[in-house]
Parts: sequence; structure tokens; C-alpha cells
Amino acid sequence: MGLPTGRLAVWWVVASEIVIFGGILGSYVMFRLSHDSWAEQAAVTNTLAGAFNTFVLLTSSLTAVLAHQAAERGDGPRAARLLHFTVLGGLTFLIVKAFEWTYEISHGYTIGSNLFWSFYYVAAGLHGLHVIVGMIIMLFVARTAKRNEELHRVENIGIYWHFVDLVWIFLFPLLYIAK
Amino acid sequence: MSAHAASHAEHGHHEQGFVRKYLLSTDHKVIGLQYLFTGMLMALIGGFTVYVFRMQLAFPGEEVPLWGRVTAAQYNALVTTHGSVMIFWVAMPVLIAAFGNFLIPLMLGCDDMVFPRLNRLSYQLFLLSALILIASFFVPGGPFGGAWTAYPPLSADPAYNATPWGATLWLIAVALEFVAFLLGGINFITTAMNSRAPGMKMFDVPIVIWMIVLASLVFMASVGPLIAGAIMLLFDQRFGTGFFNPATGGDPVLWQHLFWFFGHPEVYVVLLPALGIVAEVMTTFSRKKLFAYRTVIFTAIATSIISFFVWAHHQFVAGIDPRMAGLFTVTTLIISVPIAEMMFIYIATLYGGSIRFTTPMLWALAFIAEFLIGGVTGIYLGAAGSDVYFHDTYFVLAHFHYTFFPIAFIATFAGLTYWFPKMFGRMMDERLGKIHFWGTIIAFNVIFIPLFLTGAGGDHRRIFDYSLFPELAGLQGLRVLATIGLLVLIAFQPIFIYNFINSMFRGKVAGANPWRANTLEWAAPSPPPHGNFPEMPVVYRGPYEYSVEGRDEDYWPQHVPPDDPKRPAEQVA
Repeated sequence: MGLPTGRLAVWWVVASEIVIFGGILGSYVMFRLSHDSWAEQAAVTNTLAGAFNTFVLLTSSLTAVLAHQAAERGDGPRAARLLHFTVLGGLTFLIVKAFEWTYEISHGYTIGSNLFWSFYYVAAGLHGLHVIVGMIIMLFVARTAKRNEELHRVENIGIYWHFVDLVWIFLFPLLYIAK
Repeated sequence: MSAHAASHAEHGHHEQGFVRKYLLSTDHKVIGLQYLFTGMLMALIGGFTVYVFRMQLAFPGEEVPLWGRVTAAQYNALVTTHGSVMIFWVAMPVLIAAFGNFLIPLMLGCDDMVFPRLNRLSYQLFLLSALILIASFFVPGGPFGGAWTAYPPLSADPAYNATPWGATLWLIAVALEFVAFLLGGINFITTAMNSRAPGMKMFDVPIVIWMIVLASLVFMASVGPLIAGAIMLLFDQRFGTGFFNPATGGDPVLWQHLFWFFGHPEVYVVLLPALGIVAEVMTTFSRKKLFAYRTVIFTAIATSIISFFVWAHHQFVAGIDPRMAGLFTVTTLIISVPIAEMMFIYIATLYGGSIRFTTPMLWALAFIAEFLIGGVTGIYLGAAGSDVYFHDTYFVLAHFHYTFFPIAFIATFAGLTYWFPKMFGRMMDERLGKIHFWGTIIAFNVIFIPLFLTGAGGDHRRIFDYSLFPELAGLQGLRVLATIGLLVLIAFQPIFIYNFINSMFRGKVAGANPWRANTLEWAAPSPPPHGNFPEMPVVYRGPYEYSVEGRDEDYWPQHVPPDDPKRPAEQVA
């Protein structure tokens, strides 16, 4: 009846996550509109690194879609391989992020130095946590998919991964581009 | 609970160990009962704390039996614990999680939730959150004392709240509890969408299931910003950010927006299941079809939507824009329309029915009467002009308790006494049930009617010792009366606990359908075995076909085929 239960549940997870990120981003935007001075702080963020990460995440979503396609055809091992590529994308994203944060923190832009940086670290950190969780689940899904089992999970984790990707699409302009 | 647990431990081990069967079970009925018993145990904590601080208010500075002298800091912690526990660890788990878990698969006619292990995880997270909250009683500084609404800067800065550990543990416990209910809610909604019995269409689903699913949706859509807010507050407390601190450019009112954006829909999150329970009980015991079944659903949906646009009526004196106050006054008064409609529908259901005054029915009727008082007094608070005077007085407190006590206790008692035979296979004692009912209802009104008067007379809430305010001394008699009401209320509760535990083992054996009700849970044996139904039911009609003309019986269960309209099939024993 209707959507398969697993996929339906992932959509509901995404719905509840949207309001969580909506809360934090909504608060950020309200503050940002009344604090013009944040532009100076935002100028410090590395737009190039952010753009590269956006590219990496979008590519990882592409491999997630290809994995779904492979799973639809019943090609479990190929789906697993493509999911591993996606995990690799997530890993690259986190490594770039780690370099960025190290640079910023070592130059004195810490979580407590200004409200912009508080939002920067909390929002991006919460997003990073979602990336890590997504990668872990994806490794489990890839393991079963490799044996051609539970192939419907490939699509479900894909939906989640696209959502995580989409959150970044909001974070990137709000935190990096708007200077 | 321990007696129950012990008796099963003796004979449980030959097939499944006690731990496997009762603590790690994935059966929705066991998980429902886990939530129920955890909620009832937490209610003891919530009840004990209110006893201590009400005694302090009636007899300031004197030794409280079982506690001792109450300090100002302790008073704050007691009030906070009472509020948090009663809402987050009693009303939510019992009304949504306990009844939801127990009833949804049974009333939809399926064998379990669609995600049984997710369900188990949800309970385990909930239990962990309760344990973290209890642990906060034993950390340096004691439990959090910044009220259940946790307004910053009081909640954000240890220099103000003096409970650095208590505040953080409280926050973690609440956030974890939200995650538990999100998982549970996803399970409820998915199950209701995908696992209904064959033949059960959308408008054949019993009202209580509709209400629990709608409540889960409202919860899911409203709690996110508060989870975000809780993370921000946690960082303010622990990692030196200043989201809610004006000194760093933050704003304490932001927390109020995030909190009440959840906090007000939350009222409807617990109200809707309560209304659902009342609908089931009322139709069964007036032997009459629910008046305007579809209107109830559409009204509930309207209420759910409007509930997202009323939150700032909690902030009329917080310095919000007066134009915004006007807007929220209008939305708040509008939401009383669908709720009033619901009240009329329930009264219309009673009209012309053949009413049976069983214990569950008494509770259901009392719900309507008492909640009505709560709703009508809310109008004074929803209008910005009068709220400026009433804000943060005992009038608010009394209004609030006239809504929440009917929800969290009266409707719960209605539901428990109604479904007890299904849960444990035995009947509760009617005489004890009625004594408990009258004692509780009368005492409840003795507590809160005086508090309306003290509030209107100028008693501000969150005052530890009124003897410091000689101009309010004339209200002391009413304060003492409220405390006496509370002591009477508490004194009547052991009757219920005795009746509950005693009936579990020695009550009259119930049979599958003791109330001669229509919905599917009564087609399963009592208590239902693992897998619920010996033969999966098929649904032929809506849930409220009582006293249908031309039939011998005054009820017509949903699963009975229409071929033999004279007599419903023999119930499975």
C-alpha cells in the first residue's frame, strides 16, 4: 500500500530533520539580518574550500544515485562499489573541513569569539555529524548490498544522503558566500 | 510493577529469559506497558515534588514531613522537576507512547509495528533520558531549578542558576527524550499508513488512532526548532557561545520563540490523544455512533495546523512587537473555535444514547467538564490585554492545570480503566474505581479553584515564601485550602494503585470483549498473545456502529462479516 515502509520512514526522518536544521538556520538568518557587522567575520571563511566541498558532496550524491540505479538492476556488488565512492566523497568533505577549521581556530576564530562563529561551528558541526552518521550507515548498507541482499536499502540511504547534501547547499551560501 | 515482574520471572525462564521477554522485547504491547509503568513511576516523582513545595507554600518555613525544611534553591528545583517530569516523562510517554504502542497495531488489526526494533530503541532512549534526569538529583548543585521552560539567561549561565550540572543534564535528558519520541512517532505514522487490516479505509480508523498519529505529526513538525535551540543552549552553558546572551549580540527572546514554537503545539500533542481516548470510551458507553466522525478528524487537523500559529501568546510581556501581540491574540482566539466544536460534538454524541456510568465513562465525562473550564479560562490569557495582568500569576497556573490534569490524568484514567481488561485479561474493581474517581475529581477542583482566585488576587507564581509579601497575606487561607486539596488527591491515589495491581492478578476474568465494543482490539484475546490475532481480521465497516436499527445486538464489530446481520460472530475467547 503506497510507499514501501522503509522508504516512507526515511522520508519522515528527513521531514523531522528539516525542522531541526530549519530552526537553527532560521535563527541564523534572523540574526544575520540585524547584524551587518557579521559580514567582516564571514569574509574570513574560505569560499574556495567551501565551493570545492560543495562539488565533492554533489559528486558523492551522483554516485549514490548510480548506486541506486545499479541496485534497481539487481547488481549488488556494483551498488556497493558506488556506495564506497560516496563514502569516499564524505571523507574528502570532512578532511577539507578539518583543514578549514584548524586554520580558523588557530587564527583565533573560535566558537566563542563571535555569534557568527558560534553559528558557523554549530550549524556546520551538526551537518558534519550527519555526514559521519550517513557514512557509517552507508558502509553497513554496502556490506549487505555486496551480497545482493536488502537492495532496497541502497535507495533509502541515498535519500538520506541527498538530504544531507541539500542541507549543505543551504549552509554554503549562508556561511561562505554572503559576505 | 515489581510484583508483576517477580511473578513472571519465576516461570519466564523456561522459554525466554525475563530480560529478553520483558526488557528487550520488540513486541509493541510489552513496549507499551514499559512506557506505561515508567510513566507511572515518574508520576510518583512528579507527585512527590508537588507535595513538598505545596506544603512549603501553605506552611512556609516549617518542616515538611519526609523532606525537612525547604530552601529557596530546593524550591526552584522541586518546581522545575515537577513541571518537566509531569509533561515530558508522564503525559508524553503515557498518552502517546504507551497508548500508541499498545493500541495502534491492535486497533489497525496487524501483528506489530512496522519497525519493532526501532520501537525498542525508542523506549531504551526514553528510559535513558529518565535515568539522566534522575541522576541530576545527585550531582553537585542538585537538579536544574530554572523552571520547565528553561528561559535564558537563567538557564544559560551557571552564575545565575547555580546548578551547572543539573542544568546541562536536564537539557540532555529533554533532548534525548525528544529523539525517542521522534523515532516512536515515525513508527506510529508509518504503521498507520501501511499496516491497516484489509478493508480498513482511512475513515474506518478509530478516532484515537487518528489522534495519536496527528499528534505524532504535530510533534515531529514542531520539535525540531527546540532541538536546535537545546543544542544552542547547551553550547551557551558549556562551550562559551552566546546565542541567548545580549552581551555577545544574542537574544534571550529567541529561546522563547524556539521553546514555544514547540511548547504550544505540544499542548495539542497531548490533548489530541486524550480526546481520542475519550471518543472511544464515550461511544462505547453511550451505545451510540460517534456524532460527526469526519468532522472530528477535520477539526483535529484544523487544530493541529492553527496550533503552529499561536505560540507568541506566551510572550506578550516579553517585549515582543505589540502588532505581533495583536496577531497572536487573534490566532489564539481562533483556535478555541475547533476545540469548542469538538466539545459540542462529544456532548451531541451523548445526546439520546443509553449511557452506562462505568468507571471509564465517568472519567470521560469528567474530562469534558474539567477541560471546558481550562479552555474557557484560556480566553483571558490568549487576549493580550488581559494577559498583561494575569501573566505569570496563579491564574495561569490554574488554567494550565485545568487543561493538563484532564489530559494527563483524567483521560489517562479513562483509557487505563477502559483498556485494562485488554492489557491484562482481567476486570478492575468498579467500586474502588468509583471511589477513586470521586475522590480525585473533587480534590482536583479543591486544589485549583482557589488558585484561580489567588492568581486574580495578585499571587505571582515562582514565589518561594509568601510571608515576605504582607499585602498578599489575605490569600493564605486559599493557599492552605489548595494544599489540603492536594493532600486529599494524593491520599486517594493508593486506591487506584491497589486496584490496578490487585485486579491484575485477582480481578474477574474479562474475556475478549467485556464492554461489547466494536473496534478491532476487542477481536483479539485478552491479553493478546504475541502476534495479536489468532486469525488476522478483515474490516467491513466503521468503528462506531452501535445500536444499528434492525439488529438484535446493540453493537456491530468492525471485523464481523455482513452476511449474518442478525448476530455478531462468537468472540474468540
